[in-house]
Amino acid sequence: MSDAPRTREARIAELERAATQRILVLDGAWGAQIQKHRLTEEEFRGERLAAHPQPLKGNNDILCITRPELIAELIGDYLAAGADIISTNTFSSTTIAQADYGTGHLARELNVRAAVLARAAADRATNADPSRPRWVAGSIGPTNRTLSLSADVNDPGARAVDFDQVYDAYREQVIGLYEGGVDLFLVETIFDTLNAKAALKAILDLRDEGHVELPIWISGTITDRSGRTLSGQTIDAFWISVRHAEPFAVGLNCGFGAEQLRPFLAQLAAAADTLISAYPNAGLPNELGEYEEGPEAMSAQLREWAQAGLVNIVGGCCGTTPEHIAAIARAVAGIPPRQVPQLEPTLRLSGLEPFAAT
Amino acid sequence: MATGTDTLATFIHIGERTNVAGSARFKRLIQAGDYDAALAVAREQIENGAQIIDVNMDEGLLDGELAMTTFLRLVASEPEIARVPIMIDSSKWSVIEAGLKCVQGKAIVNSISLKEGEAPFLEAARKIRRYGAAVVVMAFDEQGQAETVERKVSICERAYDLLTQRAGFDPEDIIFDPNIFAVATGIPEHNDYALAFIEATWQIKERLPGTRVSGGVSNVSFSFRGNEPLREAIHAVFLYHAIAAGMDMAIVNAGQLAQYEEIDPELRERIEDVILNRRDDATERLLEVAERYRDAGAAKRETDREWRTLPVRERLVHALVNGINEFIIEDTEQARVELGEPLHVIEGPLMDGMNVVGDLFGQGKMFLPQVVKSARVMKQAVAHLEPFMEASRTDARGAGRVVMATVKGDVHDIGKNIVGVVLGCNGFDVIDLGVMVPAHQILDTAVEQGADVIGLSGLITPSLDEMCSVASEMERRGMSMPLMIGGATTSKLHTAIKIDPCYTRGQAVYVPDASRAVGVASALVDPEQRAALASQVKAEYREIAERRASGRAAANRFTLTQARENRLRIDLEAHPPVAPAGLGVHSFDDYDLAELVPYIDWTPFFRAWELKGTFPKILADPTVGETARSLHADAQAMLERLIAERWVRARAVVGLWPAAADGDDIHLYADPAHSAHLATLHTLRQQLARDSEHPNLALADFVAPLGAGVGDHIGAFVVTTGHGERERAAAFDAAHDDYSKILFTALCDRLAEAFAERMHAHVRRELWAYAPDERLTAEDLIAERYAGIRPAPGYGCQPDHTEKATIFSLLAAPESVGVELTESFAMSPGSSVAGLYFAHPQARYFGVGRIGQDQLEDYAARKGWSLEQARRWLATLLDD
Repeated sequence: MSDAPRTREARIAELERAATQRILVLDGAWGAQIQKHRLTEEEFRGERLAAHPQPLKGNNDILCITRPELIAELIGDYLAAGADIISTNTFSSTTIAQADYGTGHLARELNVRAAVLARAAADRATNADPSRPRWVAGSIGPTNRTLSLSADVNDPGARAVDFDQVYDAYREQVIGLYEGGVDLFLVETIFDTLNAKAALKAILDLRDEGHVELPIWISGTITDRSGRTLSGQTIDAFWISVRHAEPFAVGLNCGFGAEQLRPFLAQLAAAADTLISAYPNAGLPNELGEYEEGPEAMSAQLREWAQAGLVNIVGGCCGTTPEHIAAIARAVAGIPPRQVPQLEPTLRLSGLEPFAAT
Repeated sequence: MATGTDTLATFIHIGERTNVAGSARFKRLIQAGDYDAALAVAREQIENGAQIIDVNMDEGLLDGELAMTTFLRLVASEPEIARVPIMIDSSKWSVIEAGLKCVQGKAIVNSISLKEGEAPFLEAARKIRRYGAAVVVMAFDEQGQAETVERKVSICERAYDLLTQRAGFDPEDIIFDPNIFAVATGIPEHNDYALAFIEATWQIKERLPGTRVSGGVSNVSFSFRGNEPLREAIHAVFLYHAIAAGMDMAIVNAGQLAQYEEIDPELRERIEDVILNRRDDATERLLEVAERYRDAGAAKRETDREWRTLPVRERLVHALVNGINEFIIEDTEQARVELGEPLHVIEGPLMDGMNVVGDLFGQGKMFLPQVVKSARVMKQAVAHLEPFMEASRTDARGAGRVVMATVKGDVHDIGKNIVGVVLGCNGFDVIDLGVMVPAHQILDTAVEQGADVIGLSGLITPSLDEMCSVASEMERRGMSMPLMIGGATTSKLHTAIKIDPCYTRGQAVYVPDASRAVGVASALVDPEQRAALASQVKAEYREIAERRASGRAAANRFTLTQARENRLRIDLEAHPPVAPAGLGVHSFDDYDLAELVPYIDWTPFFRAWELKGTFPKILADPTVGETARSLHADAQAMLERLIAERWVRARAVVGLWPAAADGDDIHLYADPAHSAHLATLHTLRQQLARDSEHPNLALADFVAPLGAGVGDHIGAFVVTTGHGERERAAAFDAAHDDYSKILFTALCDRLAEAFAERMHAHVRRELWAYAPDERLTAEDLIAERYAGIRPAPGYGCQPDHTEKATIFSLLAAPESVGVELTESFAMSPGSSVAGLYFAHPQARYFGVGRIGQDQLEDYAARKGWSLEQARRWLATLLDD
């Protein structure tokens, strides 16, 4: 990093400037890329966790510790494909999500390692072509527990976790990502807004401890065709619920392919007075659970979104590959980014539905 | 905004029914854990048009955080409810934060204020912002709640600057609540309250663009509690004007708002006069018509002197029902001449009148002060007739004969006198033996006079024991006469588990107030009803006793050692003890009574007359206001004479000594070097298991301990306004004027309390002088907004009445102020107050609550008592 003298503040300023000039491209999925290597249980464990008492196969995040060279290679593939922003391989790197593998105690280390790997790769690419700076987004997944839904069908008031536990898990993740050197936080695949609010609070609270204020990027997931999150909120209600974090960008990812996502994206783009992002899946999964939409079909739709002025950042989620990202980068190149609208200021509140004072 | 209907359409309705403080029904449901029904309350409000629901769990007995969490999590699973935003309403930050942790949407926090200053305000605001909620800010600062337009606006401006510049708030997320207070209270200063809110709303919306204004509308009509139709009309008129000024939202009962246009124009105009403070007599004019809107019942109007033209029989009835004694002697005399026989007058018009009084009282249409006035008219009429009657009246036992007394060791009799009067005017022959009456005298009289019922009264805790003794003595003598139990410390529980088992041959019945006494006494004198009542009461008491026994799972209690470990350690560095300016004993004789008047707390005065409500609001109460105003006027008039003619003599003695705490005891010394030990005060410690933030208090904690390196002090006092009371009360008795007698004794009682308050102020400012510069209003005094306390032995902080003996001997009270202690440690004369002074700002009032066997033994050893003595004096603190 000696040849990357840019400070964090300078990188953030560059990011904000770039976002006004062009549509930025995020990377694609990790899962599909890792699967291609058909790693064995032993390969997931590596030397470090050879004696770990529980199976680790399928714990993709653990590879930042046990197979760092593989992760670095995958990052390199996405950078080469033309991604401006690389996300860390930390979607499940919280104590809560890692608990299933018995590796909760490694959560902080996972975040630091993943961020350092991505940082190094991004800085190398930036140094290779300073006219095309690259950034690292710390990926913060939803965890596998939910704060708004009951864990027990017979007791609607029951919860598997409480706000403080989720907050603590996120706080540890956020500190790890910050230490590892990310440029922004990406709270993604949000199916329960209350979980996301715990993550946002953990990020915002860091500012009291003297950390540099990093941009926040928030991305929700729509789980049904009526356009609601799993926890029942409409798109507008979701946006109102997270707007206090003053995010750099808000968007939608996962859930649907581009075609199904478009109407909801348009709704969000009309409601949100900040940058809009979208990184859909490669179509809908087939009977075998595989995503089939190819780079050309997908990138054509994203190009139409760009031309319609709906987006500022695009990328891919489940099923997408470096080929998809390369196609998307070509498809949106040269199209001006969406203009952030000015909204009539008023008191806006939300439950599952939005409420605006007139 | 041309019409009320239009303005209401854009106005934001916040549902108020999911609020334990505002809805008795919701509170019951939450307390019972019936969350399904509680959710139905929320759903119903939304169906009725609430766009936001206010959720409040602020109730002393509830775990607010738990109730808030439980309810909001359940709300989250009900899409019909969860679709609207939540207003998280609490005065406790911990409850607000618990709520914020349960809502995925953007909520409103209700509320924060500058009451505790800027730092806590900003801290709460920043946290709220991090949770992503909007906020209601009350116009409340370090000086208190804003009442004037200027203060309301300036506090809101200050809060606005802090929120937008230092807490990151958008103006749109700020909602101001510039305080809606009650109007039409009868207090001229309150007349401007509604208008001040409306004007402040206008200015806030003008000067702080983007922000919103809200308020709790039901406060404005607080004076008209009980008259719901009128209140709804007032709310509609108030909202009409407030919305026009820019008010955006209000906490209301959605579905119950009247339409401005639909209000009867005459009423609307009178309400507007009040809301907009348009004329000085606006309140009176609204009160005039208020009753018409309560229900179909027409307003009762005073028909000045017209009744004097009625026939004499009707005049007598009228005089009795209205309590007018002005013409009673001449009317009674005229009736006697016309009817020929004195007895015909009594059994005719006088009994007719008293029957009407009894019925109205029974139906709740007449209140105690009026009944006592009626009884005075009756007594004076009968007294006029008595010389003309040949036969002695002892045969006329009327409805039944009751022997009443305040038990041995106790001197309090206001309540007993009221019960006597009420029974008397319902036809009972009442034999009142007075105060401090030994058991044998009560029982001998009852037997000699062939009483149907015995009534026992008492105010202090040792009287409870004495009542058990009387009951046991009745049992021993083989009596079976019913026994009525009443007075301030008595209770159904005590009667059920302590007195009832002592008296198996007859029935003891607890009577909570004078209003119930007639019903109980009437049932007890009728042999058939008596048996039914007795078996019903017996069954109820047995159930209470059983429930008590089974429910008495070991209380979560500390050992005495643990409780002492968790004592309060006062901060002697931040608040070093102040040495009194005047050590030793100071006496005051013939103190100026006029100086005590501003210190009178009137609320208990009305309570003694069974009029419930807080002074001065009670004067405007729609139900009892008229009675309260008339009683208050009579009291003021008597107070003037009492002072001018010096009916009583006020005496006080105060002492201040060097002191040091030693465990739970406090040693008093003659000198600051602690070389001459004067006395030891013993205190009791709370034992309920608490945490470090809630210490287990004993009064000894409020004094610097031995060896603390700082010399501390303590004070004690005895005040009385009772010299002359007994003689004056006897004079009223002789004039057959129970009304004046009870009024007078109730005033003496209030003056004694006022004197204690006055002396406390004198001690704080001059004698001890630890607060030489305090400036307090009468309201502040009643709310005890000053540093230091003056706890009285026998009550919450030190329930042991025997500690008075130490105070009395230190102050030589029998000589210095002429006050004696009875064998139950009641003070005689009764209108006296004794207590201790603690100066430390951390000293506060508390209740000792129940104590364990370990403290009982420890305390007995410290007092030099046998265990049996300790059990007797501390009976109310022990598990049974």
